[in-house]
Amino acid sequence: MDLKIVNYGAGNIKSIQFAFKCLGYDAVLSDNPDEIFKADKVIFPGVGEASSAMKMLKESGLDTLIPKLKQPVLGICLGMQLMCNHTEEGDTKGLGIFNVDVKRFSNAVKVPQMGWNTINNLKSNLFKDIREEEYMYLVHSYYAENCDEAIATSNYDIEYASALENDNFFGVQFHPEKSGKTGERLLQNFLDL
Amino acid sequence: MLTKRIVPCLDIKNGRTVKGVNFVDLRDAGDPVVLAKQYAELGADELVFLDIAATLENRKTMHDMVLKVAEQVNIPFTVGGGISSVDDVDDLLHCGADKVSINSSAVKRPELINELSKKFGSQCVVVAIDAKQIDDEWFVHLAGGTIPTDIKLFDWAKEVEERGAGEILFTSMNHDGTKAGFANVALAKLSELVNIPIIASGGAGTIQHFIDTFKDGKADAALAASVFHFGEIPILELKKELQKQNIEVRL
Repeated sequence: MDLKIVNYGAGNIKSIQFAFKCLGYDAVLSDNPDEIFKADKVIFPGVGEASSAMKMLKESGLDTLIPKLKQPVLGICLGMQLMCNHTEEGDTKGLGIFNVDVKRFSNAVKVPQMGWNTINNLKSNLFKDIREEEYMYLVHSYYAENCDEAIATSNYDIEYASALENDNFFGVQFHPEKSGKTGERLLQNFLDL
Repeated sequence: MLTKRIVPCLDIKNGRTVKGVNFVDLRDAGDPVVLAKQYAELGADELVFLDIAATLENRKTMHDMVLKVAEQVNIPFTVGGGISSVDDVDDLLHCGADKVSINSSAVKRPELINELSKKFGSQCVVVAIDAKQIDDEWFVHLAGGTIPTDIKLFDWAKEVEERGAGEILFTSMNHDGTKAGFANVALAKLSELVNIPIIASGGAGTIQHFIDTFKDGKADAALAASVFHFGEIPILELKKELQKQNIEVRL
């Protein structure tokens, strides 16, 4: 399988590569639009601050490519947030793949949310053989609002979308590559799509 | 609900664990990678690796270790010890570390916290604070607690939050090594004062101590070394007890 990780300089991608390696797949980093366009599956990672990540994405010209992709695409953490309409972080316009906005948790809770939380209301093949209330590892200060495209929700401060799906595009707020066996299952499910 | 986290801490010297570990029959209990895998399987939520002999010569060994841990362990881990620049952090994150922990270098040059959170995001910046209560006041100590400063714990905690730390790892030197419980009064005060997660460290001896630090100390995570390494408290048993006390844990 031709599996590409979009490389635009944002975040820790080593763990994602290792996680796929454990499943027996070689996930290759690429910033080449032709390569990414031809891949069977695409991972869109991201860690850090939204406006600077979006700036890097634009500089690489990949911001126009990603919405055009036809194969299954999985955005992880900030990657997922950048696929939304808009994020409050750095007042950043997103790629508009998911029709939802990203907001900051209120100060009624500790920010960032850091640790293991349950995923509920699972709706997609991405969660095949994953039970309701399983734990995933999350680290984030901003969240996608609950919406029609939500395929999983979590509770922290409020109920929010911890995973999204629109056509061939998937996004997860949690880190499957850091979520033990449950996360491994989700990555395998993505490969099986 | 977000769970409370149980965090075993491994002291590393020249790529090997110090103090030894004997909670389970391991082929090589000195190999941090073997141990880390074991802890992940036993239910640890996160791991901390502390390079206690952080020297320049040692750095390559530490990088190799971090790479191997990232390759084989699928829970988050933090690396600390001898980190003093943006480049140091860049290297460790590239090797697959999820977070880094800085301590003395942040006190010596607080701007480092701003630089790191700006470049890599707050989520990977843990500021470790070692403090000692002298009379009624808590003072920050440096270099593994050997050098006292006149910086007050609560002032410093507020400052590191404002500068962009994503988490505070607070070790009470009065409690560390005593196995008599965590510094819950100071921990609860910290938790009220700042709005970022607090990891309690120093003093773990019994399961009750963990219950107390989550309930009374309002800690978000609890770190310990020897009670886990020597099998005095099996993690699974600990988590089951916490659950009985209505403390949310991942089981």
